[in-house]
Amino acid sequence: MTNVKTKTWSYGRSSVGSRFFDIGNTVLMILICLITLYPLWYVACCSLSDPMQLTQHRGVLLAPLGITLHGYETVLGYKAIWKAYAVTLFEVIVGTSLNMLFTILFAFVLSRKNMMWHKLITILAVFTMYFSGGMIPTFLVVKAVGLYDSLWSLIIPGLISTYNAIILRTAFYSIPDELEESASLDGAGKLRILFQILVPIIQPSIAAVALFYAVGHWNEWTSALLYIRNPEYRPLQIVLRSILIQGENIEVTGGQDLQTELNNMLLKYCVIMVSTIPILIVYPFIQKYFTKGVMVGAVKG
Amino acid sequence: MKASEQKLIQGESFRARLYKDWKRNKAIYGIAFFCLLYYVVFRYAPMGGIVIAFKNYRAALGLAGSEWVGLKWFKEFFSSFYLPRLVRNTLTINLLNLVIGGLTPILFALLVNEIRHPIFKRTVQTVSYMPHFISMVVACSIVLNIISYNGLLNQLREFLGLEAISFATKPAYFPWIYVISDLWQELGFNSIVYLAALSAVSAELLDAAAIDGCNRFQRVLHVTIPAITPTIIIMMLMRIGRIMSVGYEKIILLYNDAVLETADVMSSFVYRYGMLGGNYSYSAAVDLFNNVINVLILILFNRISRKVSDISLW
Repeated sequence: MTNVKTKTWSYGRSSVGSRFFDIGNTVLMILICLITLYPLWYVACCSLSDPMQLTQHRGVLLAPLGITLHGYETVLGYKAIWKAYAVTLFEVIVGTSLNMLFTILFAFVLSRKNMMWHKLITILAVFTMYFSGGMIPTFLVVKAVGLYDSLWSLIIPGLISTYNAIILRTAFYSIPDELEESASLDGAGKLRILFQILVPIIQPSIAAVALFYAVGHWNEWTSALLYIRNPEYRPLQIVLRSILIQGENIEVTGGQDLQTELNNMLLKYCVIMVSTIPILIVYPFIQKYFTKGVMVGAVKG
Repeated sequence: MKASEQKLIQGESFRARLYKDWKRNKAIYGIAFFCLLYYVVFRYAPMGGIVIAFKNYRAALGLAGSEWVGLKWFKEFFSSFYLPRLVRNTLTINLLNLVIGGLTPILFALLVNEIRHPIFKRTVQTVSYMPHFISMVVACSIVLNIISYNGLLNQLREFLGLEAISFATKPAYFPWIYVISDLWQELGFNSIVYLAALSAVSAELLDAAAIDGCNRFQRVLHVTIPAITPTIIIMMLMRIGRIMSVGYEKIILLYNDAVLETADVMSSFVYRYGMLGGNYSYSAAVDLFNNVINVLILILFNRISRKVSDISLW
């Protein structure tokens, strides 16, 4: 298909206007990329800079000023961040596994068209996409079932995302019925058919949905905001919020002098880097699954 | 498939059908039970819990034991000065977001689609999707840093000989800060859908248009854009359906007391008044009001779209 497209490109080549457009478009795209990346580059530079030089600097920052690793040393030695990392890893690993197990099972149920109550079940699920009880009633339910202030409150209330279940259901639909029938004739049970035959076939969709969940858990902070009190259970994003936005200080020093203030500023930049670098390293590898997931999701359920 | 099955089981009684279905799908119903249990507890029980909006909830008395007050909280909210402020802010942020955040990805996708060099194209895509993967907390902290009094934006202004502005504490700037930072994070990612639609535009049609003498711009105008219009309508419909809802997450990360006047939206109000202030019943009423409005708007626009363009969400 790309070959066919290459051919269409050649039509415009001769015209001057088209050439000008290409140049303008290229410049614009490079500009957009630079603007997109600059905030990150800026933070990276700041995290490596000497804070004193940084405050005196005027204009666009292109490179670190007077390189120092002091900030990173302090941040990496800060226990609360590692504890929070552990909580978040638990949430990502255990949460995503449970999400996937139940979403696959539920999508399988939704894909059984020959079931008598199939339509009712589908409507029950889809209705929740458009209407919900809201923040307060949900909070009270979480409290009532005893999840409040427990790590499970980060996982169980969001166990199945209907949207993701529909993505997987659509993927199951695409598998020809004969495949399942022949397995059934060979005596395989429903669950065995699901996990040994159907799931491997829709693996790309599974990967996309798993990534949606995993990144969701990694970035999650509102569940913890609502349901977690115990500081030991604070996930990374909550700790980040208190450091970066609410101004909690990492270094406990008595003085309110300029040096302390500058140090805290430096530490904020380092915290941003330490919490973002892992995802930026992984990102290029998972990007294609993500785009696939978005495309599948865009197809009407 | 449905029709044939209907015929097959038409003759049987309801009970016989029930029995047959149960025998055939026993395992499936077992699975469905556990999944639906989740839906009942965490999705439908909270919907039942909405009665809290009609009661004067006291934790000590429990939901059932609390006094029934009818529409008291709704009346209170409708006569408070919060209602116009929250509606205005919610609409302002969403309309700005609809125009800026909704249309730019389409334009961006069209431009990316015109890039001839495949590697450059892929690079632009990779870079533009990237901010989406930065967590909201970190992204907002970067934004707050950039707009702070000594931040990047003011350094640039000073560089250009302009006076520094305290963007974070001036109410007039808040909607713009919200929308522009959203654009930075989501421009690329929101364009994926359109790029997918663009890759499906028929090459033969484009060829035919070229042979008929259409230049590049005309081809985009008369072939490409009509081809992706259904996608545009669906995406716009979804956005318009959410016109009265702004997530509280980003708001409460970005706002401060000085800008509440333009920053406070329905959901952030519910969080602050309910969760922080402990006014469960009052804020549940506000939340319910907002939810109902949202659903009504979605239904309305879905219907309009179905009439006008034959495209709808359901």
